[in-house]
Amino acid sequence: MKELKLMKGNEAIAEAAIRCGTDGYFGYPITPQSEIMETLMAQQPWNTTGMVVLQAESEVASINMVYGGAGCGKKVMTSSSSPGVSLMQEGLSYMAGCELPCVVVNVVRGGPGLGTIQPAQSDYFQSVKGGGHGDYKLITLAPASVQEMADFVELAFELAFKYRNPALILSDGVIGQMMEKVELQPQQPRMTEEELIEKYGSWATTGKTADRERNIITSVELASEEMEAFNYKLQAKYKAVEENEVRYENYMCDDAEYLLVAYGSSARICQKSVEIAREKGIKAGLLRPITLFPFPTKPIQDIAKHVKGILSVEMSAGQMVEDVKLAVNGSVSVEHFGRFGGIIPSPDEVVKALESNFIEG
Amino acid sequence: MDIKEIVKEENLVYKKSMVLTDKEMHYCPGCTHGVVHKLIAEVIDEMGIQEKTIGVAPVGCAVFAYDYLHIDWQEAAHGRAPAVATGVKRLLPDKMVFSYQGDGDLAAIGTAETIHACNRGENIVMVFINNGIYGMTGGQMAPTTLKGMKASTCPFGREPQQDGNPLKITELLAQLPGTSYVTRHSCHTAAAVRKTKKALRKAFENQQQKKGTSLVEVVSTCSSGWKMTPAKANDWMVENMFPFYPLGDLKDE
Ligand SMILES: Cc1ncc(C[n+]2csc(CCOP(=O)(O)OP(=O)(O)O)c2C)c(N)n1
Repeated sequence: MKELKLMKGNEAIAEAAIRCGTDGYFGYPITPQSEIMETLMAQQPWNTTGMVVLQAESEVASINMVYGGAGCGKKVMTSSSSPGVSLMQEGLSYMAGCELPCVVVNVVRGGPGLGTIQPAQSDYFQSVKGGGHGDYKLITLAPASVQEMADFVELAFELAFKYRNPALILSDGVIGQMMEKVELQPQQPRMTEEELIEKYGSWATTGKTADRERNIITSVELASEEMEAFNYKLQAKYKAVEENEVRYENYMCDDAEYLLVAYGSSARICQKSVEIAREKGIKAGLLRPITLFPFPTKPIQDIAKHVKGILSVEMSAGQMVEDVKLAVNGSVSVEHFGRFGGIIPSPDEVVKALESNFIEG
Repeated sequence: MDIKEIVKEENLVYKKSMVLTDKEMHYCPGCTHGVVHKLIAEVIDEMGIQEKTIGVAPVGCAVFAYDYLHIDWQEAAHGRAPAVATGVKRLLPDKMVFSYQGDGDLAAIGTAETIHACNRGENIVMVFINNGIYGMTGGQMAPTTLKGMKASTCPFGREPQQDGNPLKITELLAQLPGTSYVTRHSCHTAAAVRKTKKALRKAFENQQQKKGTSLVEVVSTCSSGWKMTPAKANDWMVENMFPFYPLGDLKDE
């Protein structure tokens, strides 16, 4: 049965993880996302669905536990915040190299370094450009509400298994901590080994039975020609992701003369900014990327044809703005507005930035 | 006598385990890795657990261990095998899971994962090849390199003031409540090989009995890294490694 609840974004992640039949969660505490593991531990899903939940000794350990579970073909996830996700980069590179599915949640806080526990969006580059070593990508989803925190867990698993690649839910301290109404899906049973094999093939290490070849999870390949061939395969996969999985939302873009591009909590703020701007007679619109990789390049190009300027609004010093610029390739002026280090911009500030960049003088 | 008269079923005294693949091993002459691979294969074979066993290979000379044993494998990042094995065993508790690591992997870069897997008492077998050197990367100092022992990053011999002390990680792990069986062996004589095999068998049986972590250390030679002939390396190990890493059970509960 569906259930309506008031809860924090972090709690919604945990609830949704249990309900969509996640097999395992491994994590290490860090603010502002500790409620995810706390909620899981309080629910004791090992008694109900059989889901494994384990507090690891570090994020290095948790991502490698995820690697082990994912290599067995299971739906396994972890969550952390910025410094912890930095520690996971080696593991994520290995998982991309082994073509292992998993879900990672990053509830971003301000950096660099230990930084602040306040919200930020300054891990964009790390999320969508690979993050660790080697040519790979993470399928990256950016929730803008508590509802999307819940819904994206299952979506991320689906995409991760479909493409056999890690998927990242790139959230931030605002979405993680705020409380909203959320509709939770009914409990789904965890998939059996047979169902998993049926749906996704038998590549996982479940014990080599007589009826199949051995399954080996590895990313090492010393022959350069083989390694290049594998890299071509990965790139073809990322191209397929770009062709098939772009998700975004338009808000008042049809007649817009100025376009705001913002994801996650910035998009929530920008929605208000669009309304304020329109009250002032400025025809503003908002494009909210839901997937950051794949980036909604084409939709931005389409809108760019009829706007006078684009403002990328992020809680960072300007990261996504580079992808917006690449999308429009000089056809229209693109500027960045951001507050960072844990500061959340106000809708009015965004409107002011829109005016000062494109309208005044 | 013609060879054909000797090679007959009734004369068979030993044969290669079916769990070993036919792939030629890449190890140097005199290397202990190949012997231990063979022993693990025989134990898996004799216990009839081939279809249930999942190995976790390290980064180190044994990175290609998966080429040699006919089972499912995961190849972990450098030092992370105990965490990967934890993930495998927790998600598939009915399978038999073992990790296989060198000293750099287990006792330097992966120390945290090693200690915490043992301390949680993960119900796995950990095989630890201690050759006192980084074989794969060309003979650099390992956490277990002896005082005075030469390596490419301590070319005049390990000097504790500069290089720190050799780490008796196995003694440390034996202190942890999660370990049930911690033992140290070697493979320098036929008798030693037999003892190592017995220890491995016991470790896998412990896992069947859900006893927690079993760790089998094998004090090993690395003739290439040590720059000795295989025979000389064996003698050197007996004379120098065994006094600091004495063989025998450290814990058996
Ligand atoms: C993160 C990381 N750091 C360093 C290396 C390089 N490296 C590969 S194997 C190895 C040491 C291997 O020594 P050991 O674990 O003792 O195993 P052996 O080769 O002697 O069997 C090192 C430093 C690596 N692969 N990954």
